[in-house]
Amino acid sequence: MSLMYGLATGILFGILLQKAEVLRFDKQVGALRLMDMTIFKFMLSAIAVGAVGVYLLKDLGLINLSIKGTSIGAQVLGGTLFGIGWAILGYCPGTAGGALGEGRIDAIWGILGMLFGGGIYALAYPFFKANVIGIGNFGKITLPQILGINHWIIVVMFVAFIIFMFGFFEKKGL
Amino acid sequence: MNRKTWNPYIAGALAGLLLVLSVWIAGKFLGASTTFSRSAAVIEETVGIDTSKFEYFTTKKGKYGPASLPNWQLLFVIGIIVGSFISASLSKTFKVVKVPPMWAERFGSSPLKRGVAAFLGGAIALIGVRLAGGCPSGHGLSGLSQLAVSGFIALTFFFLAGLITARLVYNNRRK
Repeated sequence: MSLMYGLATGILFGILLQKAEVLRFDKQVGALRLMDMTIFKFMLSAIAVGAVGVYLLKDLGLINLSIKGTSIGAQVLGGTLFGIGWAILGYCPGTAGGALGEGRIDAIWGILGMLFGGGIYALAYPFFKANVIGIGNFGKITLPQILGINHWIIVVMFVAFIIFMFGFFEKKGL
Repeated sequence: MNRKTWNPYIAGALAGLLLVLSVWIAGKFLGASTTFSRSAAVIEETVGIDTSKFEYFTTKKGKYGPASLPNWQLLFVIGIIVGSFISASLSKTFKVVKVPPMWAERFGSSPLKRGVAAFLGGAIALIGVRLAGGCPSGHGLSGLSQLAVSGFIALTFFFLAGLITARLVYNNRRK
């Protein structure tokens, strides 16, 4: 059943990504060149709705959060490496398959490269574990936790910031 | 469904709703990058490499090992390919493109050159994303929806490094 949910969720997500044109190299790299904010509009809109929905369901006791651990070393170095690779590839792990689905066949090389990268990461893991992942390791923390204030205050501020950004994008015609 | 494009704000909001429903119904937050590590393990096993030699593939009770597939996330990643194909076919936006226009404008229309760069970019991106612990779906959509500190740090560096690299690589020439 879990597999069927995965497939159904993926199909719906793939349709939304394709319809919003965020799968395209020109949109992804266009965003990084600050020429076209389509992918930021899609992503921030999803996050705003997601944040309200997730914390609502959590407060109703219907779901559990699944927080990824914070390691400043891992997220700074890993994030930087990802950013470099992403700007060259022009697709990310979730969108490369979708790009292939709409005929962008250069994504195949990106997918093969990512599989290769998966193998390399496994080889290099002992090094990263010994030297990087332990730097600034704070475990599974959220912004409301470290600030010690009610999560709804942060959700409202975050959503307000996202809406402000939308206003900025539209004003600048991005 | 036949319309070529949807407003990105609306499509994004629906994606947010999809995330919330997925967590509620299936207990799954969206993510994609771990599938590439797990698939690499399956490929290595298939060609005769013993993946149990690698700590990464045995850590957390084999969470990233070859026996972890098939799982929800693999089907999610496959579903994205299917959904995109269905959507592109219905709206007649399916188009075989060997080299993205923006790439061709900067580096020419050679599919080989683009293929080599895409492969290397993909490899670097995946090493980075596994070290960071998630991609723009896992750290971005799922992490930021939960206001996770890890998501804010990862996203900041995804975009900072992406902006700088794009500026260097594409020379930021505007049309």
